[in-house]
Amino acid sequence: MNWFIEAQWSPYIVGSGIGVLSWFTWLISSEPIGCSTSFSRIAGMLEKLFRGKKVEKKPYYQEVKPEIDWQMMLVFGVVIGALLSSLLSGDFNFQWIPSVWSLSFGDNVALRLVVGFAGGILLGFGSRWADGCTSGHGISGTMQLAVSSWISAICFFIGGILMAQLLFKVII
Amino acid sequence: MKTKRMKLLWGLLFGIIFGFLLQKGGVTKYDVIINQLLLIDFTVLKIMLSAVVVGMVGLYFMQNRGWIKLRPKAGSWGKNVIGGLIFGAGFALLGYCPGTIAGAIGNGYLDALTAGLVGIVFGSGLLAACYPGLKDGVLKKGYFGNMTLPQVFKVNNWVIIIPLAILIIVLFFILERAGF
Repeated sequence: MNWFIEAQWSPYIVGSGIGVLSWFTWLISSEPIGCSTSFSRIAGMLEKLFRGKKVEKKPYYQEVKPEIDWQMMLVFGVVIGALLSSLLSGDFNFQWIPSVWSLSFGDNVALRLVVGFAGGILLGFGSRWADGCTSGHGISGTMQLAVSSWISAICFFIGGILMAQLLFKVII
Repeated sequence: MKTKRMKLLWGLLFGIIFGFLLQKGGVTKYDVIINQLLLIDFTVLKIMLSAVVVGMVGLYFMQNRGWIKLRPKAGSWGKNVIGGLIFGAGFALLGYCPGTIAGAIGNGYLDALTAGLVGIVFGSGLLAACYPGLKDGVLKKGYFGNMTLPQVFKVNNWVIIIPLAILIIVLFFILERAGF
């Protein structure tokens, strides 16, 4: 059982584990692992709280119903699984600013949150624009050999590498 | 009703395993993700590509046997390239993605729980608001449907799967040899 309390596993073991997990999500639930659609559903559910039923008439929410589904449960599960894993290894800690960030940008929490918020908006907007994220396209779509997913995954990294260079090499 | 609830329960269980693996892989951490995008640490790529090798062999085997029916997503250049680049920029600014942010929250990271989570939900809602204007325009530009790589090259699935798996494994050896 020592294995479960280790802080980090080999990325090849973790990746293979995710591969095997995806066999079972298909076999048992007929679903690919994915995450980003859930954030659209959550956005729709919140909008419904404020603006009522008419939100369901929006063309986007006709296609992506603002309700709890298999994938949203998966996302909730990810929170629990990561909590369990980090508690077991003693890696759990409350932290506002990651260390690589603070090395370059200092310890100003507000700065980290403003940039993080901007990043979050682009992530949400971009993942729904592309119809998938690092898991839906990057893992589940590429393993199905979908052309849309390979293009998306490559663009995720092109955009990410360019922005990371801009942040850490040009601005700093 | 009962089967629907069972399905949700399976989703939760799969999510717990997924989150456990992501945390053990280190990808619930901003530092690991940003170091991948800075090309210093290749953990993210190693995890994703190992999942692809193991996943595709198993999925296509099961599809050949008729056990499952895969659903590759339809796409277009306007959808996947532009959306992908916007996503990438956000990926680097936040340092989490929609899946790993859930893991980061479980790991106790408060930048993920506050700014990151609110941002993703807000950005997703924003796209839903813009959707009527995009749907028949840029999202349809260069539409190619739900093509798979074997269909593009008009070959049997395994003619892509086996060389691709070998290529990825060779890449792993190169990465390890180069000290990544």
